[in-house]
Amino acid sequence: MDINDLRSIMTVVSMMTFIGIVWWAYGIKANKKGFDEAANLPFADDEAERAETGLPRNEKRKAS
Amino acid sequence: MSETQSTYNYKVVRQFAVMTVIWGIVGMLVGVIIAAQLVWPELNFGPYLSYGRLRPLHTNAVIFAFGGCALFATSYYVVQRTSHARLFAGGLAAFTFWGWQLVILAAAVTLPLGFTSGKEYAELEWPIDILITLVWVSYAVVFFGTIAKRTVSHIYVANWFYGAFIIAVALLHLVNSAAIPVSLTKSYSAYAGVQDAMVQWWYGHNAVGFFLTAGFLGMMYYFVPKQAGRPVYSYRLSVVHFWALIFTYMWAGPHHLHYTALPDWTQSVGMIFSLILLAPSWGGMINGIMTLSGAWNKLRDDPILKFLITSLSFYGMSTFEGPMMSIKTVNALSHYTDWTVGHVHSGALGWVAMVSIGAIYYLLPRLFGKAEMSSVKLITVHFWVATIGVVLYIASMWIAGVMQGLMWRAVNADGTLTYSFVEAVKGSYPFWAIRFLGGVLFLSGMLIMAYNMFKTIAGGKTEDVPVVAPVGHHA
Repeated sequence: MDINDLRSIMTVVSMMTFIGIVWWAYGIKANKKGFDEAANLPFADDEAERAETGLPRNEKRKAS
Repeated sequence: MSETQSTYNYKVVRQFAVMTVIWGIVGMLVGVIIAAQLVWPELNFGPYLSYGRLRPLHTNAVIFAFGGCALFATSYYVVQRTSHARLFAGGLAAFTFWGWQLVILAAAVTLPLGFTSGKEYAELEWPIDILITLVWVSYAVVFFGTIAKRTVSHIYVANWFYGAFIIAVALLHLVNSAAIPVSLTKSYSAYAGVQDAMVQWWYGHNAVGFFLTAGFLGMMYYFVPKQAGRPVYSYRLSVVHFWALIFTYMWAGPHHLHYTALPDWTQSVGMIFSLILLAPSWGGMINGIMTLSGAWNKLRDDPILKFLITSLSFYGMSTFEGPMMSIKTVNALSHYTDWTVGHVHSGALGWVAMVSIGAIYYLLPRLFGKAEMSSVKLITVHFWVATIGVVLYIASMWIAGVMQGLMWRAVNADGTLTYSFVEAVKGSYPFWAIRFLGGVLFLSGMLIMAYNMFKTIAGGKTEDVPVVAPVGHHA
């Protein structure tokens, strides 16, 4: 086996990995909830948002 | 927990955000000067301020000083806010700020003095390269350290893009800057001949792919959803187009070396991968623009959103143009002409600068405890001045570029060249004047921004915001 075989294997493995990622993202229905949760991460910080734009703090929550 | 650990580290974000605007003005001013030198060659003063020495100063200043500071500022902000954790290793973060400023100053001194390794976008000599390496490793420690101490389970997609940018740029810098020093101010590349050219453009194109694309896509994935007030259009698309970009970008470099001593098959591989790149690039653009789907009215009166969404339109335009220009037969016309310069600026001004400007306008009031910028109206003015500037710039360069390409290749019936080179230069003058005007407009926009920034900072609070546990999330 010479280095060109390794290069070919590397290309095929990369392609398979990418196809696997596409399947992981679109093929597994159970993953959808996790993705939606992740997509909302920038909005999970209402308190800091209020503090930095100079609004009064929401008393119901405390800084951790 | 002590007081310092319960707040976000905004100091370093503030420093980088302010310097983004300052270096933007400096870098674009040098750009305007060299654009003027092309129209009025008398403006070349001595060796120090000649076009050949100022041009690398311009590219380094806008890419690494302006773009770099924007990336540091936004990545430090985004990684803290989406990880719900204070920045890791505050001292090291401060070192990245001062170290990076030192790199920029060293560039501003050494390039006009003529110290250069001659590698495009990597001109700085080896002692500065070592400082860059130290700063960059510190940056990686701070960034990934913050991700490691996050209090949420997910790593938000913006951080994936920032992370890829940090890792890839480290790799590119180390490989391409490998050199043998012969004195404190001179070194020679570790590679020779066509290998050196290939390493250079592997670096050069991935500097575009990872410094000027991945990092700014990270910016897009946080600031577009935040400013639009709704989550990104498709998180799954963001995952797929992220990995598609990672797998393909590394192979596109050879399109910079069409019709050279580089083996033909390598050129063809570069062309094919450049064409494939259209898909992941447009995946990102569509994802960003469609985030506004159903809320297009926000675009009407929110100038920050105007900047962000227009930047995505330019991103889509230049990532369509790029693959087309990588096709060998198109490249035969476009290469070495001003068309390339126009293409680069449609990406650099239209995409990179505009998305950064939008993000910095978002950040500045928040970093200084205000609800909005001192003047929202001036943001709108900035937007229109900048947009007209970009359009003038790229339209004039397209015309000049295609004209140059056609004049250079025109032959008479007997096989002699129809035009001498200087005739193409002469024909380009009016378009270089228009380009100069476009640059002046874009620079004026940055000056408006600086005025607005200092008005916003005046009387602002520099209190750090408390780290708050995420809403509806389990760590």
